[in-house]
Amino acid sequence: MDLGLMAVSLPKLLSATVVTLKLLSLSLFFGLIIGFIFATLRLNKNPIINKLAYGYSYVFRGTPLLVQIFIIYFGLGQIEYFRSTFLWVVFKEPYWCAIIAFALNTGAYTSEILRSAFETIKPGIIEAGKSLGISSKIILYKIQIPVAIRQSLPAYGNEIILMMKGTSLASTVTIIDLTGAAKHIVSTTYKPLEVFLLAGGIYLFMTFLIHNLIKYLEKKYSFQ
Amino acid sequence: MDLLSFGKTGWGDELFFATLMTIAVSITALLIGFLFSLIFTPLKLSNNKFLNFVANFYTTIIRGVPELLVIYLFFFGGSGAIMYVASIFGYFEYIEINAFITGSVAIGIISGAYSTEVFRGAIQSIDKGQFEACKVLGFKKNIYFLKVIMPQMLRLAIPNLSNVWQITLKDTSLISVTGLVEIMRQSYIAAGSTRDPLFFYSFAAVLYLMLTFFSMKLINKLEAKYSRGF
Repeated sequence: MDLGLMAVSLPKLLSATVVTLKLLSLSLFFGLIIGFIFATLRLNKNPIINKLAYGYSYVFRGTPLLVQIFIIYFGLGQIEYFRSTFLWVVFKEPYWCAIIAFALNTGAYTSEILRSAFETIKPGIIEAGKSLGISSKIILYKIQIPVAIRQSLPAYGNEIILMMKGTSLASTVTIIDLTGAAKHIVSTTYKPLEVFLLAGGIYLFMTFLIHNLIKYLEKKYSFQ
Repeated sequence: MDLLSFGKTGWGDELFFATLMTIAVSITALLIGFLFSLIFTPLKLSNNKFLNFVANFYTTIIRGVPELLVIYLFFFGGSGAIMYVASIFGYFEYIEINAFITGSVAIGIISGAYSTEVFRGAIQSIDKGQFEACKVLGFKKNIYFLKVIMPQMLRLAIPNLSNVWQITLKDTSLISVTGLVEIMRQSYIAAGSTRDPLFFYSFAAVLYLMLTFFSMKLINKLEAKYSRGF
């Protein structure tokens, strides 16, 4: 064990951790929006809309995240027409490609989590609201959404942790995130054990924080 | 479609063998994972605090660290560690470990952490009366585990094990970074030499989708078999 190397590489890894956290928060933000949209589409009674939304989540949950990043980063740039549109400004940056891939991926999982949360709301709660003469809009905002959020918290917490681990794939498209920085240091020092263990420790610490945050939120919003 | 033809001009046969490689790595990793959960599930369920700690340490660490990092650690650190052990025994030559073995062991350790949790949950949700009844009837420990607990546990575990299988299958795509020629690596090679990444990566996605689709069909059949009578 080379403790000196660990001490030297810690600041480098910590500054790369900021990149990881940025990737995580941005993709979770966009993923949540996508998830909400597709969850409502999944609950739509029209079978075509329903099937399309299911197809989206099936494809993104059934293929590895690595393939999705590669298609978006390496694949889309190949289309000549695409490169002439304004979208190319976004898609030529590996950083945004990674965020788009992560957001679409986590959006698929989030839509499933939210859908099942909405479906498991006891109809009695909604009926109680209706019989009290509350308008359906207020039932949605004041009853259905809060209950669904509480219902989906444990599963969504897992999804946040999975996504945090997923951001390590950003290093495959030249982004220097925590994994990327660790690999870079290893390639110059040939000390894989020390550096990767240190990076693993930082990831573990983040998992620990997220886990406890979700636990706290679950307690705060519990039904009792 | 020319690109997918079999033989020297197309990539069809290469991708076909790459798919077989993905399946082989996934199954090996899943089995290695089962082996790990065979060790760690009893530790998790034991009353000994230290053994509990060991098992929790394993599952928490593996599930809290990115898979890619575990694979890097194994691939870059693995041969170094083995060479160190070998040097103790007086062997100083360079040792290179096969990418298939490193890859499936790395993925197997990850998969084992997930399946340990699944088995633990399944055994814990079996009614306590079942264990007590076995004791009252004076069954030997290995017989009651095999004949009473195991069949009930499998019924409860199979739906979650199918998740573990999917995670394992998708994680094998990460082994491509070590150079093992599975679907992802083969698509990377093909995309590089034909300059057609969009087609090959999309085709890789289709291959993975097909694998998950057909394996789900198979698992559903298994599930139906084990939930007879419920």
